[in-house]
Amino acid sequence: MDYHWNWAILWAPSPDGNGTYFDMLMDGLKWTIATSVCAWLVALVFGSLVGVARTLPFKWLARLGDAYVELFRNIPLLVQLFLWFFVIPEMLPHDWGTFVKQLRYGPFLTAVVGIGFYMSSRVAMQVSAGINTLPRGQRMAGTAIGLTTAQTYRYILLPMAYRIMLPPLTSEFLNTIKNSSVALTIGLMELTGSARAMQEFSFQVFEAFTAATVIYLLLNAVVTIGMRMLERRVSVPGFNAGK
Amino acid sequence: MNVSKILIAGCFTAFLSLPAGAQELTGTLKKIKDTGTITIGYRESSIPFSYLDDNQKPVGFAMDICAKVVATVKKELKLDKLDVAYTPVTSATRIPLIANGTVDLECGSTTNNADRQKQVAFTNTHYLTASRFVSKKSSNIKSIADLAGKTVVSTSGTTNIKQLNEANTERKLNINIIPAKDHAEAFLMVETDRAVAFVMDDILLSSLVAGAKDPSAYVISEDAFSKPEPYGIMLRRDDPAFKTVVDGATAALYKSPEIMTIYTKWFQSPIPPKNLNLNVTISAPLKKAFANPTDSGDPAAY
Amino acid sequence: MSVFSDFDFNIIARSLPYLFREGMTFTLTLTAIATIGGVLLGTLIAMARLSSLPVLPALAASYVNVMRALPLVLVIFLFYFLMPYIGQWILQADRPIQVGALSSTIITFTLFEAAYFSEIMRAGIQSIPRGQVAAGYAIGLTYSQMMRYVVLPQAFRNMLPVIFTQMIVLFQDTSLVYVLSITDFLGAASKVGQRDGRLTEMYLFAAAVYFIISLTASMLVKRLQARIAIAR
Repeated sequence: MDYHWNWAILWAPSPDGNGTYFDMLMDGLKWTIATSVCAWLVALVFGSLVGVARTLPFKWLARLGDAYVELFRNIPLLVQLFLWFFVIPEMLPHDWGTFVKQLRYGPFLTAVVGIGFYMSSRVAMQVSAGINTLPRGQRMAGTAIGLTTAQTYRYILLPMAYRIMLPPLTSEFLNTIKNSSVALTIGLMELTGSARAMQEFSFQVFEAFTAATVIYLLLNAVVTIGMRMLERRVSVPGFNAGK
Repeated sequence: MNVSKILIAGCFTAFLSLPAGAQELTGTLKKIKDTGTITIGYRESSIPFSYLDDNQKPVGFAMDICAKVVATVKKELKLDKLDVAYTPVTSATRIPLIANGTVDLECGSTTNNADRQKQVAFTNTHYLTASRFVSKKSSNIKSIADLAGKTVVSTSGTTNIKQLNEANTERKLNINIIPAKDHAEAFLMVETDRAVAFVMDDILLSSLVAGAKDPSAYVISEDAFSKPEPYGIMLRRDDPAFKTVVDGATAALYKSPEIMTIYTKWFQSPIPPKNLNLNVTISAPLKKAFANPTDSGDPAAY
Repeated sequence: MSVFSDFDFNIIARSLPYLFREGMTFTLTLTAIATIGGVLLGTLIAMARLSSLPVLPALAASYVNVMRALPLVLVIFLFYFLMPYIGQWILQADRPIQVGALSSTIITFTLFEAAYFSEIMRAGIQSIPRGQVAAGYAIGLTYSQMMRYVVLPQAFRNMLPVIFTQMIVLFQDTSLVYVLSITDFLGAASKVGQRDGRLTEMYLFAAAVYFIISLTASMLVKRLQARIAIAR
């Protein structure tokens, strides 16, 4: 290949003055993790609420839940981020808009909200699906022993459903990590953004992107192994619906 | 590097039109001859050098210069027909795309410096500009020191964002630096108050301000991050045959009166898409650089 | 200042030809070719993964796992820069091969999506009862005949709704070529919006168009799913 490899570039000082290019990638990794974890919390909270709403015995609520899922699922993430970043602040009252825009961590917060809502529609689908795979008898049993709907969900359906959902939720969390890279388009210096910046400053294109690739693979492996351990710890003996 | 020697050789080959078959073609010239196509990289919003007009076609000062280069290449290779393919590039993608052969000539607003010459080659300088910043008058920012602690945007992959990073570290300004994809997007961040300032080459800033909804709302700083630095059209490194042709074509153009016609067209007359007139008279150093074309990346040489 | 007070619908109308003739054409071409390429390559990968040959399954699995661990944005950047060198290596040329933006993104998306399609096809192949395979061998079919005439047609048919759903995801994912300044639908919208200072209008319009197309497509997929379910 007609390309001059120079792996030592990782230990050369970067022009941002915060150490080496490797440190720059590590800073990027920290932003990737922070963004993914915060966005995942947003996705879990909203996704669970909407997911549960879609299984409740109120038609209008289920419809509303469906609409929410379709809205966030059918617009590309990049476009949603642009809407949150460039469009929504202009629609707010002027002072609020200015406040939002001048937040120091604007790109980070926008990414958390944007990716969080985007992923929440996917979480909602998993949650509804998880609840719907439970045998109908469980819901009936709850009603039979005199539990309210809320209690049935709290004590019977959700604890089981989340256990079943753990593997698909793990893969959605991995998707969240991958999707956090889209935030580089609104100026967030996460891992892919850092690799791009390293490429721009050092001109060592493939060292930068290869290093980022390896870091993503490691991150992916760590999360996967961690979630497997969690799955084993919380599994209910004899109820092996999650395979 | 002996510039004049290259120039003489360039003019010689360009104008005496040595029979192309007489020497074995190599590199980019061979590729252009074989494929009958030359690929030009253009920018989205480097006004007035290289940008999209009302019909989304790339136009500009650098594009006109490249058209001359293409004509010379066509003549040089004795081609009846030479197709021109246009590929959009950003500040972040232009250097790898030149290096990996996707683009043959990058016609835009690329600063020529020693660092980049290790990766790519530049032909003779077509503009000189210093790195400054634009901000809203209302934010009352006068100097680089006033940027301390604020959010400042620049275009990713430019010398400007590098200079901003360096100044930030050196002077401990604690500036929150946001990279944007292209100049229009970066300017938009200032326009919508996402960032207080946009650090860029002053000529690009003036054209963005001129095209803004309310040009009087903006001010370009006196304070500069750099001396005026040269812009050059970029081509692949280690391809002396192609560079000779391109250098010859640009040198001939810059020394002829035609360059002033092109200059006036883009800097002193109404230009698309909004029919604005930038009204920038030619600076003495640039006049000198046209009279004695050079591909030096050293600001002190101008 | 409210955005709607000076909302300019005119700009959308004026730029419609550009948005659709250039932008949407690119987006749809990329989506269609990458889906076809992705399904074909994905099927091969799935077969490699399920084969009983020594190294092949592990190789296929690593490919799928690596691709699925990487963000598409990273892969888009990497491949756009890498492709000409790979071309040079394959053709043993003396300099990097020129690869245009459309070809480069088509190859990138095909290779990337093949990892996802291969998982779909693997599930499809595994959904075919073992008895059919045994029956195929019993009547003297070779492995490739059996795959071609018995397993793959059914696997493909069963997985059609999932393949189409993945295609909708792919359609949305193509918007990421924005990072390379390529004029896909979103790229076209943002170029017009930035030129005229009308990003609000253009991004809202782009969102609406993606939404309508994706929603319509996913409703059609649901219908298809229902029909296939009956047929089974």
